[in-house]
Amino acid sequence: MISLECVSVRLGNGRLATQVLDGMDLTVDRGRTLALVGPSGCGKSTVLRTILGLVQPDRGRVLVDGVLVEPATRAEVRRRTGFVIQNGGLFPHLTGGQNAALPGVRAGWDTSRVEERLEALSELVELDPATLHRYPIELSGGQRQRIALMRALMLTPDVLLLDEPLGALDPRIRWRLQKLLKSLFERLGTTVVIVTHDLAEADWFTDDIALLHEGRLRRRGPLSEVAENRDDDFVSAFVESHGHLRLPTAGGGPAC
Amino acid sequence: MLKTLVTILVLTVASRSTMAQVVVGSKNFTEGVVVGDLAMLVLESAGIEATHRSALGGTRVLFEALQSGQIDAYGDYTGTISQELVPGTPPDEHALRAALAPLGLGITSSLGFNDTYAIAVRRDLAEARGIETISDLRSHPDLQFGFGNEFIGRSDGWPGLRDAYGLPQEDVRGLEHDLAVAALRDGSIDATDVYTTEAKIDPRRMVLLEDDREFFPPYQSVIVHRLDLSERVPGAIEALSRLEGRFDEAEMQAMNASVEIDGRPEVEVAAEGLSVVMGGEVVASAATLFDRLTTTTLEHLRLVLVAMVLGVAVGVPLGVAAFRLPRIGHWILGGTGVLQTIPSLALLVFMIPILGIGAAPAIAALFLYSLLPIVRNTELGLRGISPELQESAAVLGFGGWARFRRIELPLAMPSILAGIRTSTVMIIGFAVLGALIGAGGYGQPILNGVRLLDEGLIMEGAIPAAVMAIAAQGLLGIVERHAVSRGLRIRRS
Repeated sequence: MISLECVSVRLGNGRLATQVLDGMDLTVDRGRTLALVGPSGCGKSTVLRTILGLVQPDRGRVLVDGVLVEPATRAEVRRRTGFVIQNGGLFPHLTGGQNAALPGVRAGWDTSRVEERLEALSELVELDPATLHRYPIELSGGQRQRIALMRALMLTPDVLLLDEPLGALDPRIRWRLQKLLKSLFERLGTTVVIVTHDLAEADWFTDDIALLHEGRLRRRGPLSEVAENRDDDFVSAFVESHGHLRLPTAGGGPAC
Repeated sequence: MLKTLVTILVLTVASRSTMAQVVVGSKNFTEGVVVGDLAMLVLESAGIEATHRSALGGTRVLFEALQSGQIDAYGDYTGTISQELVPGTPPDEHALRAALAPLGLGITSSLGFNDTYAIAVRRDLAEARGIETISDLRSHPDLQFGFGNEFIGRSDGWPGLRDAYGLPQEDVRGLEHDLAVAALRDGSIDATDVYTTEAKIDPRRMVLLEDDREFFPPYQSVIVHRLDLSERVPGAIEALSRLEGRFDEAEMQAMNASVEIDGRPEVEVAAEGLSVVMGGEVVASAATLFDRLTTTTLEHLRLVLVAMVLGVAVGVPLGVAAFRLPRIGHWILGGTGVLQTIPSLALLVFMIPILGIGAAPAIAALFLYSLLPIVRNTELGLRGISPELQESAAVLGFGGWARFRRIELPLAMPSILAGIRTSTVMIIGFAVLGALIGAGGYGQPILNGVRLLDEGLIMEGAIPAAVMAIAAQGLLGIVERHAVSRGLRIRRS
């Protein structure tokens, strides 16, 4: 279980500082998938980074499975967490396989154990094992994200954090990976937080969507609940910008 | 790879360690070098192993080298010693000896020639009018004088001479020294100043007038040596004193002309001159082109290799520190930048009081110059790693040394190597200046070539230096192929 309790984060110094998170309360139950949605700068990536201990909250606290995230515990939290970012975050000087194997190597696994795990993972993410010998620059965007996913899953994490993992992919590949990810979330039973700016994608992954705006939680629930109550200017504008959404309860969306 | 480098390094450093018993130095002009060769040859003919570090620099450099014991002897002039080295001492052998003794130095008696200023007059004119002394010029106010720019301005030059002799001439022009001598030879002026032994004096066309009032100070040629030489190498000072009184102005002038006008090697001319005055045969053949190239290449390689090994060993950690500690990084980058702005010649000269002359100060200066590209590129390479990758490394549990070794260093490697490459090529070029302070290398033939206006000699230093720079580029290209991941070298197709 992940919980943020009244978390506030200011980034930058002096007059240039901005309030990125402002009293954020958020919990995700073990094994559930939460989609964080909102416009750029709403603080959704920062939520993930506070969970990983990459950003220290100024107020409030973050707990992962009951463990308070602080400098003394963050190594342990990170070890039990898989993290995938938009462009994969693969190291360009290492091959795909070397990248994916890093957590295992760091954990002191021997070569055969790492090899076995790589084989199993490449099957899981539907990646041709031959691609593992190539360097990131030689791979397609989809291949890179599959390898990043392998790396995140290497140590069988309890928590999977994905920061717009499909944001840089063309639509056809994106659709294939959306299917892959959804089936993975269901099969692995991991606690997942996925960040996206696309309500439709969020809806595809889960019925638990958190809509963020200016560092605050504005709506929480399935798409139908998030999208109703259009008298809130921000929510209505954000939902309307997703013109193609078919909203089961809202009736006459702009697309109809 | 590393092994080969270390081997080359050890070999080149060791190459100079076999020292001769007596090291003779010389100043960087023809006569100085010839006198240096004479001293070396006369020592060798007495059975003493001697080596000549030729054309090390100016008076100051030689004097420092002599005092610090890097050389044992070199040729200088009584006038120069009395003005520059022991100021206030009259230019007289006994007085100079007394003044130099407390410094642990001594001088021989005059080798026989006085290389001072003289007034040269066209031979046809001098013979027609019977001009033999400078005093004779008083009765010929119509003569046209053309003096070197230096002579015309110095108080011990034309103004002093005019007052001392009461010379009436008013048609006096200032010219570049070499042009003045040429103008006298072709008759467009009647008299000029010369040095009494300079190569360009043509005895068929010009006469040197007697300084009958002894206006010009004596510049008797002597060998300055360390006094401890008598204990360290018995017989060495006696051997040097065998040169005393052997060469008059005409003989020295002929030797200078053999070198500068006929283009013969100094050592050959010196051997020939020594054979004539001392009887018997003194043999010294000039080093072949291959020998010379081997020597200069080893010397140059040593300067560059040692400076670069130090530069990398210090520069990369400094670059890392500049990246890791931005507060002092500012000062590190600024400091190495300031070093770069010191003119190279000045930096070399600053090194002399600290490290003497020879390879050590040159290496120190080159090392300081090598730093900026290495430090800056290291810092730049590390800073260029994207925040996403830094965060990925942190999330994957890489911290401290492991992050540096496995992630940051490999990612910054292309930039670091580019810095090392820039530095190396630059240092190969700068190392040429090392010859100015006696470090040898490819600068030595270039300096000699400039001194003798010999383009061939200049090429003998310039071409190998260029070849070395190209070879270094190639070698570092190979290093890059091994040290930089293929993932960073290939381009997106």
